[in-house]
Amino acid sequence: MTATGPTPAAVATTEAGDRRPEARLPEARLDKIPLLLVPVLALLALPLTGSASTWVTLTVAGLAMGMMIFMMASGLTLVFGLMDVMNFAHAAFISVGAYVAASVLLRFSGWMQEDNFLLNMAAVIPAVLAAMLVTGILGWFFERVIIMPVYGQHLKQILITMGGLIVAEQLIVVIWGPDMIPLAKPETLRGSYLLGEVAIEKYRVLAVVAGLLVFGAMFVVLNRTRIGLLIRAGVEDGEMVESLGYRIRRLFIAVFVAGAALAGLGGAMWGMYQESVSVAIGGQMMVLIFIVIIIGGLGSVGGCFVGALLVGLLANYVGYLAPKIALGSNILLMVAILLWRPQGLYPVAKK
Amino acid sequence: MNSSTLLSGALSGALSGDLPRSRVLAAMLIAIFVGLALAPFLFPGTRSLDVAAKVCVFILLVASYDLLLGYTGIVSFAHTMFFGIGGYGIAIAMSRLDPDWPSIAIGTVCAVAASLLLSFVVGLFSLRVKAIFFAMITLAVASFFGILASQLSTITGGEDGITFKVPEIMRPAYRLIEEPLAGTVVGGKVLTYYFIFVGATLLFLMLLRVVNSPFGRVLLAIRENDFRAEALGYRTVIYRTIANCLGAAVATMAGVFYALWLRYTGPNTTLDFSIMVDILLMVVIGGMGTMYGAVIGATLFVIAQNYLQDAMKAVSDAAASASLPLLPALFHPDRWLLWLGVLFVLSVYYFPFGVVGKLRVMAWNRR
Repeated sequence: MTATGPTPAAVATTEAGDRRPEARLPEARLDKIPLLLVPVLALLALPLTGSASTWVTLTVAGLAMGMMIFMMASGLTLVFGLMDVMNFAHAAFISVGAYVAASVLLRFSGWMQEDNFLLNMAAVIPAVLAAMLVTGILGWFFERVIIMPVYGQHLKQILITMGGLIVAEQLIVVIWGPDMIPLAKPETLRGSYLLGEVAIEKYRVLAVVAGLLVFGAMFVVLNRTRIGLLIRAGVEDGEMVESLGYRIRRLFIAVFVAGAALAGLGGAMWGMYQESVSVAIGGQMMVLIFIVIIIGGLGSVGGCFVGALLVGLLANYVGYLAPKIALGSNILLMVAILLWRPQGLYPVAKK
Repeated sequence: MNSSTLLSGALSGALSGDLPRSRVLAAMLIAIFVGLALAPFLFPGTRSLDVAAKVCVFILLVASYDLLLGYTGIVSFAHTMFFGIGGYGIAIAMSRLDPDWPSIAIGTVCAVAASLLLSFVVGLFSLRVKAIFFAMITLAVASFFGILASQLSTITGGEDGITFKVPEIMRPAYRLIEEPLAGTVVGGKVLTYYFIFVGATLLFLMLLRVVNSPFGRVLLAIRENDFRAEALGYRTVIYRTIANCLGAAVATMAGVFYALWLRYTGPNTTLDFSIMVDILLMVVIGGMGTMYGAVIGATLFVIAQNYLQDAMKAVSDAAASASLPLLPALFHPDRWLLWLGVLFVLSVYYFPFGVVGKLRVMAWNRR
């Protein structure tokens, strides 16, 4: 075997050999360079867009899109990190979340049209919670029935989750019908805030706030709680955690369900953002989500966050500057980042 | 040596010694081969000839995918991209140049060269790492290619695709023999069909040769345990990349055939992700890592796609008239993919080597 093409197992042995005698301090050094990429990208775009007001609008739009992608992608990357499971049916959770939210919101359409923020929220919050609940239950079912029998077999996982995706998408059509469902934003979240010449869509502000809340909550849970400690330990060395007497399987189910619920949340918010829900909604996002988690480093939540922001911002800047290559730009971003760091921005040290 | 041993020796040679090893399977394969070879005469009519041509193309496409998935153990979602490159290569060559044989050759050669280059780059880039990484990268690249094809409308015709003319001899109006032969008009369509049939058969036999060669054995070793294969001294990256390029080239040829049959290439007929899903379904239901699985899977699937819907409509109407809840929706003709999806999941669990694997195990047990 040459040094240029080591297999994962070979990497693991050399890394383990290097690290153990050192007895590193538990607090890992924070790698700041990837974090700097986000402001650097935003600043690079400033002269290109021409006017400051356009730039602010695009940046907020990019951040909002990035936050929503992060919600959808975070669960997937964590599940991969913890259990080495890549769930191609994650797209189904996004679609189901969007559809459930749409069904609930249609019930409350009266409240949605009132020009009253509290009444609007009284419709949106139950819709989002319902979306998370349903996708969470779906995630639990999925983990038990579809994925559990194929742990540790990558090929079968990819196939079986693709099959699950096909079945789930078809069932969505059976339940909700093949037509696109229009979904109006709540009255008070339509339109924009005007700050001088700068127009900022209200809904995007909400999306950024919600995304930051989700990221903050995840950060606190992962870094400040016992469960988070176990999850992080499980990502690094699951067998060791298991041998210390923790039931990593239960932990994993919890993470899977939470990831599915977050995907449902992201799908619900994305559906409202697009003002329509269709079966394709999950599939369209799936490519972006994969790009995000590859950029971030498979299994890394922080990398996923940075990657999502980069992808969201780039999509909006390029969409404004050169609409034809908007979606392609993210592939180029991925290629560039992989050339720089082949394992993604924050490579996850596996056992 | 009598003539029957000579015949069986020749047959075994054509199949590269990889015989069906199951009487039922052999019977099915012979039925499919004879059915396809005589399709214009056995099943006259435009629709059935369309189905037969599609079966030929998809057998080749699925077999080339089986080389990757079943033999090498790598999951690619870019197979439709190479299928599309073949289609677009022919379409662009035929619409820009004269619609004659040299243009077909130029289009094919350029398309295959483009596919080889692209698959080589993608392979070098991502085959070193885990299977999952390759799957995700190819998904992204394929979707990028789909966007390119629909955006660069000056070259590719955008969403509308390209309709093009074919050589005189392939046009429907052409007549090889004036009188109908056994009730079938032997015209351009039938000739095109045989062109595709012969081409697909030869390429399929070539793939069978590849997987039964020492090279194919190394691919199997990589599928079973890549670490051990590497330890035995095989550069797995090189073997995987070659398999990837070979699969891409054959998929491109399938794209060429399909475009020539349809006389049209567009995003919906070649690049759509649903075609990728179809290929996955065919290869898994037919049987991964068997090559014959591609034949069985593609035939069953394409026939189901075209005729199962009629049966489902009957069930759906019956359920609706009996006013049962949900059943009419579940059996709606457009929901046939739902049932194939369920079949797919079940076959990954219970028949990991598909119909072919199951038949072989049954034949083995009976012995």
